[in-house]
Amino acid sequence: MDGESELAARFRAGDIRALARAISLVERRDPSVRALETPPKGGEGSAAVVGFTGAPGTGKSTLVDALVTLLRKQGKSVSVIATDPNSPFTGGAILGDRIRMQRHALDPKVFIRSMGARGHLGGLSLATREAIRLLGAFGFDQVILETVGVGQSELEVAAVADTTVVVMTPNLGDGVQMIKAGILEIADIFVVNKADLDGYQRVAMELRAMLSLNAPGATGAAASKPWKPPIITTVAARQEGIDELWAAIESHRRYLETSGRAQELAAKRLKDETAEVVADLARQQARLALGEDGALTEQLLKDGSPYRAAEEILNRIGSDGRKRGRG
Amino acid sequence: MPVDTAVRPVRILVAKVGLDGHDRGVKVVARALRDAGYEVIYTGLRQTPEMVVDAALQEDAQVIGLSIHSGAHMTLFPAVVQELKRRKATDIVVFGGGIIPEDDIVALKKKGVAELFTPGTPLQEIVDWLRKRFPQGGG
Ligand code: B12
Ligand SMILES: Nc1nc2c(ncn2[C@@H]2O[C@H](COP(=O)(O)OP(=O)(O)OP(=O)(O)O)[C@@H](O)[C@H]2O)c(=O)[nH]1
Ligand SMILES: [Mg+2]
Repeated sequence: MDGESELAARFRAGDIRALARAISLVERRDPSVRALETPPKGGEGSAAVVGFTGAPGTGKSTLVDALVTLLRKQGKSVSVIATDPNSPFTGGAILGDRIRMQRHALDPKVFIRSMGARGHLGGLSLATREAIRLLGAFGFDQVILETVGVGQSELEVAAVADTTVVVMTPNLGDGVQMIKAGILEIADIFVVNKADLDGYQRVAMELRAMLSLNAPGATGAAASKPWKPPIITTVAARQEGIDELWAAIESHRRYLETSGRAQELAAKRLKDETAEVVADLARQQARLALGEDGALTEQLLKDGSPYRAAEEILNRIGSDGRKRGRG
Repeated sequence: MPVDTAVRPVRILVAKVGLDGHDRGVKVVARALRDAGYEVIYTGLRQTPEMVVDAALQEDAQVIGLSIHSGAHMTLFPAVVQELKRRKATDIVVFGGGIIPEDDIVALKKKGVAELFTPGTPLQEIVDWLRKRFPQGGG
């Protein structure tokens, strides 16, 4: 047996370590585990995905921990992917979200994985999508994502999660008005966490006012029945408001199914992902070609612009693919 | 055409085991390892050997780093090594630091702990040790 199929056998047999290794392979965009992403024939294999995003320290990990507690009471198996930013200088990272989820340590139905958000070839969303498929194929009922709301990461969460939860707190320095562009569009649910602190009503009120100004921009099947993001207040540290949060998540999932939005999203995601995979593969081949081919680089430098070299590389990929298709 | 695969980054899980609140050292070391390009998973205080190993398996860590200042190092380090055997994961390297007398270091190394660093160790020395142990990945 070679290494690859041995990993596959252990994965199918439910070995946590095989799952963990498969996710590492996916993180570095190694194609050898792709076969594992499809569940064995007849099996279940796609998990529901909820994503949490928000400014640092708003209580995302504590909320995830509280939600895992609730889902475990319902008997569901849960996996968590928690991302933290990598240092742009060294690529290193300190991944500390697990600290708040220690309650679930040693529960065999809870799997927690920390990921560095940047520095992966192809970006966070590609690796996360593949990891989610692995977790689904492994048999988890629910996947929860946590991402720090900096850079592009919240947009990437929204691109992979079925339901996106944006977390805010009363002590957000710059107030609701300064909320980052794009957040209103991606939030399916708002959580105002730390409702044990002063000022949470004001945050909720300002948020409500802002949402009423921004008519939802739904398109396609959902345009006639737009979703209105609810605002849930929680005290995650005391497990308060978590039932309401879960009810909102379930209600959003029902909305996706009954409005036809679920199918639209699934199709759009597959198309987007395909485009990303193509771009990813092409980028790899371009780097290789430019690294190896002295004549091509010489031509490129003489041209002083990328277009001729780009076309040449695309032509080579095309003829390579056709050759492979025939052979 | 050949496929361009990145090297596997070295992932290091660091933890405080037992009832020991001295977390300054482990945090300083975690930051130094991050700055050296490693992915460090910090699981916090009051971990048991079972929790540490279970988390390391889920995180696909190649290295476990324990920080112990409580005097319980002679039971906790071997307990983690033992738990790794039980989970069939002896390829995971165990190292660490804290308040550990010279004689105990010798004894622990015989029991499967790869290296131990005591107070005052320059952080670069810890990074250099990892670089030597894992020349293929990391920073
Ligand atoms: C600061 C300190 C405290 C602070 C801790 C603050 C905190 N959040 O960390 C406070 C005041 C809370 C404290 C409390 C206590 N302390 Co105290 N404390 C110290 C002190 C003075 C310095 C520790 C420190 O932070 N050093 C700085 C860091 C950077 O160094 P470091 O931790 O040693 O880490 C280095 C290496 O050890 C190694 N390393 C450490 N961890 C790791 C992990 C990995 C993976 C790697 C690779 C390397 C590595 O690399 C680091 C860089 O060189 C030491 C004495 C000393 N000089 O060490 C006593 C000391 C550790 N404390 C001691 C004691 C007894 C206590 C108390 C029990 C006192 C009491 N009776 O109440 C309590 C217990 C608290 C608890 N819950 O555990 C004793 C321990 C004795 C022993 N084990 O035999 C010491 C040695 C003092 C002494 N000489 O008696 N303490
Ligand atoms: N007062 C109060 N504090 C809370 C609540 N929920 C979480 N916290 C605290 O807020 C701090 C940050 O919590 P985390 O769950 O780590 O927040 P996070 O959003 O995951 O943080 P990052 O991952 O670093 O962005 C911790 O000290 C928590 O104990 C709450 O409901 N009320
Ligand atoms: Mg967090």
